[in-house]
Amino acid sequence: MSQSLKIDNLHATVDGNEILKGLTLEIPKGQVHAIMGPNGSGKSTLAKVMAGHEDYVVTDGTVLLDDINLLELEIDERSRAGFFLAFQYPHEIPGVSNANFLRAARQARLPKGEEVDAVAFYKEMYLKMDELGMDRKFTGRSVNEGFSGGEKKRNEILQMMMLEPTYAVLDETDSGLDIDALRIVAAGVNAMRSPERGFLVITHYQRLLDYIVPDVVHVLHDGRIVKSGGKELALELEEKGYDWITEELLPA
Amino acid sequence: MATADSATLEAVHIDRDEGNFSYPEDYTHDAGYGLNEGTVDYISNIKGEADWIREFRQKALKVFFSKPMPTHWASKDLENIIFDDIRYYLAKGQTPTRSWDEVPDDVKETFERLGIPEKERKFLAGVEAQFDSEAAYSNVKESLTKEGVIFVNSTEGLREHPEIFRKWFGKVIPTGDNKFSALNSAVFSGGSFIYVPPGVKVKHPLQAYFRINAENFGQFERTLIIVDEGAEVTYMEGCTAPKFETATLHSAVVELVAMKDAKIQYITVQNWSNNVYNLVTKRGLAHENAEIRWIDCNIGSRLTMKYPGVIMKGRKARGEVISIALSNHGQHQDTGAKMIHAADETTSNIVAKSISVGTGKSTYRGLVHIPRHLKGCKNNTECDALLINKDSNTDTYPAITVRGNQHSTQHEASVSQVSEDQIFYMKQRGLSEGEAMSLSVNGFVNDLVREFPMEYSVELKRLIDMEMEGSVG
Ligand SMILES: Nc1ncnc2c1ncn2[C@@H]1O[C@H](COP(=O)(O)OP(=O)(O)OP(=O)(O)O)[C@@H](O)[C@H]1O
Ligand SMILES: [Mg+2]
Repeated sequence: MSQSLKIDNLHATVDGNEILKGLTLEIPKGQVHAIMGPNGSGKSTLAKVMAGHEDYVVTDGTVLLDDINLLELEIDERSRAGFFLAFQYPHEIPGVSNANFLRAARQARLPKGEEVDAVAFYKEMYLKMDELGMDRKFTGRSVNEGFSGGEKKRNEILQMMMLEPTYAVLDETDSGLDIDALRIVAAGVNAMRSPERGFLVITHYQRLLDYIVPDVVHVLHDGRIVKSGGKELALELEEKGYDWITEELLPA
Repeated sequence: MATADSATLEAVHIDRDEGNFSYPEDYTHDAGYGLNEGTVDYISNIKGEADWIREFRQKALKVFFSKPMPTHWASKDLENIIFDDIRYYLAKGQTPTRSWDEVPDDVKETFERLGIPEKERKFLAGVEAQFDSEAAYSNVKESLTKEGVIFVNSTEGLREHPEIFRKWFGKVIPTGDNKFSALNSAVFSGGSFIYVPPGVKVKHPLQAYFRINAENFGQFERTLIIVDEGAEVTYMEGCTAPKFETATLHSAVVELVAMKDAKIQYITVQNWSNNVYNLVTKRGLAHENAEIRWIDCNIGSRLTMKYPGVIMKGRKARGEVISIALSNHGQHQDTGAKMIHAADETTSNIVAKSISVGTGKSTYRGLVHIPRHLKGCKNNTECDALLINKDSNTDTYPAITVRGNQHSTQHEASVSQVSEDQIFYMKQRGLSEGEAMSLSVNGFVNDLVREFPMEYSVELKRLIDMEMEGSVG
């Protein structure tokens, strides 16, 4: 059985425009990969296509989560199969408390007839909120409603910690976080790193990668991975921007 | 958040499909199809009614025939009611028993499947269970009887206690209020007549359960609740019907009278199948410093038209309507509230939330009337609509007539939509489409439901869950 999140030759369109143009990438379990790339290159598109957003049409290629053909599953089935996406722009759910939402998500993972143990659930949630420096009052507030940008991002990580996915994609989780929050969130992610779990971290800033040190850094440009390297690649990008890579790509 | 142990959950559980069953018809009393003076006489004869009631019915029948359908403002779907194809009285000749053991087997089984006897044991002070036209079971805790509380059906109320009920019968809602109140006044049967003597505070709710079993049938219960000075009661009604092919009519009249300092809370959790025309007139009269509160949850039916009202007749009287309406595919919930301020310093509050799913349509009609000569009246009106799909539909018709400048009124309305992205977000966390929609809808009504007695908030949540699960293909 293969142990990776494997994206192969992925093509996807939105409203008839091709955004992903043959994207290939493999994240073995136990590794953290980072994707960097200019605005509009298709990073969030990749994340949403993997999650199953209905606006995107996959025209070619495959995504395998271990041995599971991810693209054949419904959105919620993908989640329950172990795929998690921390959104670049998390949505608000009016009237539904954070605690109830998380509890419903945990309940959805149990076999029929089994109930979430409420006491154990709250204990665990409080523990994880403490780790993330989140005030208890967030349990009773409606999901993301009126949260600041940074609070929303922390909340995404709380959900990830509670749902314990096997593969997680973090779409610009660092943007909007202050320096302290960045450290706290990175510590939360690092605590979840394990041989049983893979991460794909989308970011514009090498700073995050000082805290969450990646095994591999990829550059996404115009719907394709155009360069991959070690963590030094992020430093190089920060220094030189993306132009030198795109120039490298031009036919001589 | 209200929480409940599993036994309570079990006890209050009523779901749409549990209601979808019926027993073969074997009625000893059947007024036949169609409506004329003979039909009304038939009902009066069976009940052995006093002359004044017979006259009341016959007069009402004339009013019914003379009034046009209100289609100049209401849904044209009303025209699809064929009054000649309806049966107006069906009963097994039973008088309501005080013990479930004496209830005919199929009727008893019906209510057992709906969980009524169990609820009664768990948290009710009294129960009346109506099967088609007549109550099959009616019982109230002995301690309440000793305190002078009366809880009977309309026939018994008018026959045994005319000195109490006649005074207010048909006074809060006159026969000619609208075409359907006239219809009810002509052919009413069943319903609850309740009297609570001065100072008696009934701790546990009294409950009535209305069950339609027969096809092409009209249920016309009549309820009159009189709560004397300083007394209090909570009354709860539930309703179901099986899913028949043809239309069924439910047209009730409910009158409440709260004397000085009295409090009445009237809770409806209706769960009609989607061929029922539910056309109900509900109004309360609040005397000095009295409080009447309608909590009205409308789920199911083909067309519901219902605008519970309060006439605040005494100084400092208070009226409240909390309304939740859920219209699923092909259904129309036309609901709202009427607040008539008729004394100084009276206060009314309306909070209406509607949810439209698929081709479901919700309409809010509100009327708030504060005349010029009064002082210090207050009204707050809030109506919020939630649309689940792009083809769902909502309208608001608030009519607030406030004369004079010595009053305070507030009005807020909103329409929101459960966005595709919100559902996507919830599904990404592992919730199915149905679960995601249930959670969104429950979130939308959450602040209202928190105000309900716990048993009913649990029941409502379950009904919403069933509806939303059922609404996705
Ligand atoms: N509905 C749509 N119709 C047309 N183009 C779209 C649509 N949705 C997204 N796009 C385009 O797809 C491209 C990729 O967008 P995407 O959000 O994946 O970029 P990104 O790499 O995440 O950028 P950023 O770094 O700014 O977050 C953009 O050019 C965007 O305008
Ligand atoms: Mg993006």
